[in-house]
Amino acid sequence: MSKRRPYVRPMDGWWRKNPYFVEYMIHEGTALFVAAYAAVLLFGLLRLAQGEAAWNGWLLALKSPWSIGFHLLALAAIGYHAYTWFKIMPRTMPPLVVGGKRLPAWAITGGGLAAAGAASLLLFVLVWGLAR
Amino acid sequence: MPEQQKTIEIEVLRYNPETDQVPYAQVFAVPFTDDMSVLQGVQYIKDYLDGSLSFRWSCRMAICGSCGMMINGEPSLSCQTFLRDYYPERVRVEALAHFPIERDLVINMEGFIEKLESIQPYIIPKEARTLAQGEYLQTPAQLNAYEQFSSCINCLLCYAACPQFGLNKDFVGPAALTLLHRYNMDSRDGGQAERMQLVNAEEGVFNCTAVGYCSEVCPKHVDPANAVNLNKTNSAMDYFLRFLAPKGGTK
Repeated sequence: MSKRRPYVRPMDGWWRKNPYFVEYMIHEGTALFVAAYAAVLLFGLLRLAQGEAAWNGWLLALKSPWSIGFHLLALAAIGYHAYTWFKIMPRTMPPLVVGGKRLPAWAITGGGLAAAGAASLLLFVLVWGLAR
Repeated sequence: MPEQQKTIEIEVLRYNPETDQVPYAQVFAVPFTDDMSVLQGVQYIKDYLDGSLSFRWSCRMAICGSCGMMINGEPSLSCQTFLRDYYPERVRVEALAHFPIERDLVINMEGFIEKLESIQPYIIPKEARTLAQGEYLQTPAQLNAYEQFSSCINCLLCYAACPQFGLNKDFVGPAALTLLHRYNMDSRDGGQAERMQLVNAEEGVFNCTAVGYCSEVCPKHVDPANAVNLNKTNSAMDYFLRFLAPKGGTK
């Protein structure tokens, strides 16, 4: 009779066992803030469709300390999400060959972060100009 | 002047299927020099402290892929991980994660061997070819398309780094899918349509959630996460192209 009895280790709490997995879970978790922020914007659109009073109510609600607190938290979470998203990007896309040489991972991550930063800044300036 | 002898504690996760219900940790004090790898530390234990300790090893130079272990929780080749980097702390050694422990540091890799077979890891010629037609010719650019993905040594560190494989043993997993990609990318190969069925399947690439740790631990810089994620795109293409070319792509 075989003496084999392979032992299968449990997976409980797997993501706490390695800092890399903790970072991954935080990355995945911060996606909820992206969704929550999108929900806030969508709700604003709904209020706009309901008329001026509803819209002004939404604007007023945005100015509450709770709302400002949420937005600061969401900004930090979405910033972290963007950073870790671009960090994994070189692993998820086909190799980019520029001038016969493969673009290094840091260039792809840096390029993505720069593009996201530039787009955010452009949007900020545009909205700031419109709001004045 | 001889160097002063240093001693490091190595904690090994032991498991003997004949006597133990569950694995347990055992600590050994191992004298070492700065040029000693963790593998040499484990070999010292077997030679001088406890001959019953079981582990796999062969080449001692990161080519054979036999000596993978969890070292302080990280999947590593023990032959290229050095005791000096842990001293004076204790170093913890455990069998590769996500695989059943056969005994001590030896894992059961039968499941992986089956997956390796399932991806058809050989060139399937596009059409029958006679000797008179001569050898296949390949340009450096065509070689470049798959060369990186052909460097895998089947050490299984990527599987020990993949929580999705840990949670679902049916997932074909990083190394096997990377080798599948290597053959699909080969200009001499015509087996892509057959292999795409496995890529698209329940156990295929969509188990991957882009954790990316597999590529981080790969000792040969194969970047399995890249191969797997490129095949998510390939799988989506394969799905949509079948509407354009009913007889092409997947059967």
